Amino acid sequence: MNTTFKSMPNQASLQVQKENSMVKQKQMLSQHFMELSQVKETGKKVVYTFVPGNLIELILSFDMLPVYPEINALQSGMRKKSRDYIRSAEDAGYSEDVCAYVKCDIGMMLSGNIGPTGQQLPSPDLLLLSYTGCFVFMKWFENLQRLYNGVPIAMLHIPYQVNGGIESNMVEYVKNQLKTEVIPKLEQVSGKKFDATRLRQMMNLSSNAEDLMVKVFESAKHTPSPIDAYFGGVYYVGPIFTAFRGTDGCVDYYQELLSEVEERIDAGQGPISPEGAIDEKYRLVVEGPPNWTHFREFWKIFYDLGAVFVASSYTRVGGVYDEGFRHSAQDPLGSLAKYCMGCYTNLSLPMRIDMLARLLKEYKADGLLINSIKSCNSFSAGQLVIMRELENRLGIPVGFIESDLVDPRYYSYSNIKNRLDSFFQMLDQRKMFAVT
Amino acid sequence: MTGNKNTFEELEEALKFGWSLLDDLNFQYISDWKNDNPSRQAIGYFPIYVPREIIHAAGMLPVGLFGGGSHLQVIKGDAYFQSYICHLPRSVIEMALDGNYADIDGFIFPSICDVIRNLSGVFKIIIPGKFIKYLDYPQNFDWGVGGEFYSLELWKLQQELFELNGIQVSSRDLNHSIILYNKNRRLISQLQNIRSATPWKISTADFYAVMRAGYVISVEDHNNYLENVITLLGQIECEPEDKIRVIITGSFCEQPPMGMIKTIENAGCYIVDDDFQLGAMWIVGDIIDVSNDPMQALARAYLEQRVLSSSVYDSDGSKGNFLARLVKKHKADGVIFCAPSFCDPALLDRPELEKTMDKYHIKHISFRYHENLGQFQVIKEQVGTFSDSIKLWA
Repeated sequence: MNTTFKSMPNQASLQVQKENSMVKQKQMLSQHFMELSQVKETGKKVVYTFVPGNLIELILSFDMLPVYPEINALQSGMRKKSRDYIRSAEDAGYSEDVCAYVKCDIGMMLSGNIGPTGQQLPSPDLLLLSYTGCFVFMKWFENLQRLYNGVPIAMLHIPYQVNGGIESNMVEYVKNQLKTEVIPKLEQVSGKKFDATRLRQMMNLSSNAEDLMVKVFESAKHTPSPIDAYFGGVYYVGPIFTAFRGTDGCVDYYQELLSEVEERIDAGQGPISPEGAIDEKYRLVVEGPPNWTHFREFWKIFYDLGAVFVASSYTRVGGVYDEGFRHSAQDPLGSLAKYCMGCYTNLSLPMRIDMLARLLKEYKADGLLINSIKSCNSFSAGQLVIMRELENRLGIPVGFIESDLVDPRYYSYSNIKNRLDSFFQMLDQRKMFAVT
Repeated sequence: MTGNKNTFEELEEALKFGWSLLDDLNFQYISDWKNDNPSRQAIGYFPIYVPREIIHAAGMLPVGLFGGGSHLQVIKGDAYFQSYICHLPRSVIEMALDGNYADIDGFIFPSICDVIRNLSGVFKIIIPGKFIKYLDYPQNFDWGVGGEFYSLELWKLQQELFELNGIQVSSRDLNHSIILYNKNRRLISQLQNIRSATPWKISTADFYAVMRAGYVISVEDHNNYLENVITLLGQIECEPEDKIRVIITGSFCEQPPMGMIKTIENAGCYIVDDDFQLGAMWIVGDIIDVSNDPMQALARAYLEQRVLSSSVYDSDGSKGNFLARLVKKHKADGVIFCAPSFCDPALLDRPELEKTMDKYHIKHISFRYHENLGQFQVIKEQVGTFSDSIKLWA
């Protein structure tokens, strides 16, 4: 079922293995960006919004097209364009201290807003600020609103899960905002009336895709794991986290992906890296987003050693589906509210620790790696406490490395490699003691 | 300089009191306050704003916690936060681990940024058993939406405080507290007007210490203290110096070291307005104090009378114009953007604010600090040049 491509930028000589699901996802994205490039002709309206707690079903139900500035930023990072964009933003007055996603996005905008496919992205008709788990989102869109000269903005404030759960008044608050702030602005900008029946249908499709995606991620409980839930995981979450939840295409994608994963389980095969199947030697859980500017190099450190990530917190920033949440046709707005509040970075620190502890146990991991990101206080503030707590609670080795999302100035291969060498030595020692 | 010698001495004595509180990282005042009645409890809250009226009405002492400032050498705290996270949470952790907060019975963390939010979780872990409250503020300002949510949040806070000390708060109690804090805000405003009109009478460093006292001592004591300082300032006259008038903005929650404020003043500036200790002036004007539902009055005040801040959604982009109006109101010659390092909220506001200043031809400079910054030479030179350029060329 594998197709071989020779398409990795700057590494044309390497044979990059891609599976049909990856090809399918690429087609879905190409189609999406094609539609974005044609909005002048089609008249479709464009909504800029954020990945965590996004309201994609609602947006699509109004026939509007989403743009995710975070995704643009990470794509710029992968395409080695983020350094220049960040510099442009810093030249425009943005401090070197602040989130590099924001600067990369603003720098890209100031440089002509050329998207990942090389086509110019359309300006937003609406900024949908669904404010989940990150205060910087608010500042980001405040800035975009001024830069796009007063484009309409809809704010959806999401309360934080501070007490270990979602309380009924929190749900009511979010639903009220959907009814009084978000839906009216979507109606106003799109010129269409809210269609509850259509939204319900989309919720059903979302739920189907979510069932399939959970199966994909839970396949990592097998030994060897057929997937890498971090480096591979960021591709696996793509359709459900971004523009396609609530569509038939999204369900099809996860069916395809699941069948590939099941084939690998049957064959006793490990995950596919860009250089072929990984022979699993270490099973790891990881906390924190990946680095995008050196994604391939970063991943290679692990797959060369046979280290497979069996679970990650990052793939839960767009929803915690393995704990049972599903979008619901019975209660569309209520389930959207719960979805927004349930995203990983909207969980209290003790909840995050409990979740990581569960993942470490359920996925029989050998250790935890924390990739602490300079740009993301939402993730990073408190990670040293997470590390200590999990070390104490489970007696497991924890590795701690630092990098950034898209600012290449904060990625140091040698520092990361040195720390990881020590971490893998700890893991080896532990395995050795376990044998003796 | 004119005025009775005793007046100057009294003023100096009064200011010393403020400075002594600022320098006391062990909060002796709180110990004394609790010793007067051992059943009393103190509730610490982190910057920026917390409705202190609710804590006061419950018979508790609200204590504003700003970290250790420049007095504290942080060792343990650095092991809790990476180098690219702001400084305040480190000194807060240091003080929590060293027992500086021993007399504080609970902590409230307002929802102002990702770091303070996550710090609430860190506190739950490092000091288990203490009352730890994260107070979520709405970013939706419609009464029927955000107001309803916030009213319930405040009600929950009141219930949680009741569980701590068993004191049931009546509407009358809460109205009484609102009256006291209304008076406090009016007195601070009066003092601020004196500073703006005659900045040569009270330096911003001293003004800061007088304000900051209100974060430790009871509101009753602080009101008396403010009245005394205002009275004394009314009895003295001093000659102005040749300095420019500036507004400082961007300090958000982490407070600048006192050395930095003094450096700016010594480098040729009268600071006529600032947003240090923003929480004390968060509510503009009086809160209704005769209502049958004072909790609702507090919630409404947050929705309708709050100042503009980096932590609150600015739906119509009015922050820049607000700052420009302040410049006009205080007849300021320029603006100093002065934000803590790694402070996303304040630093992400700066570019657009700078643009607005440019639009109105208001001169400005910017730099960053952290609370225990010890070297001010660069700031002195930068501010000195700014001041000279305005004096010579404006």
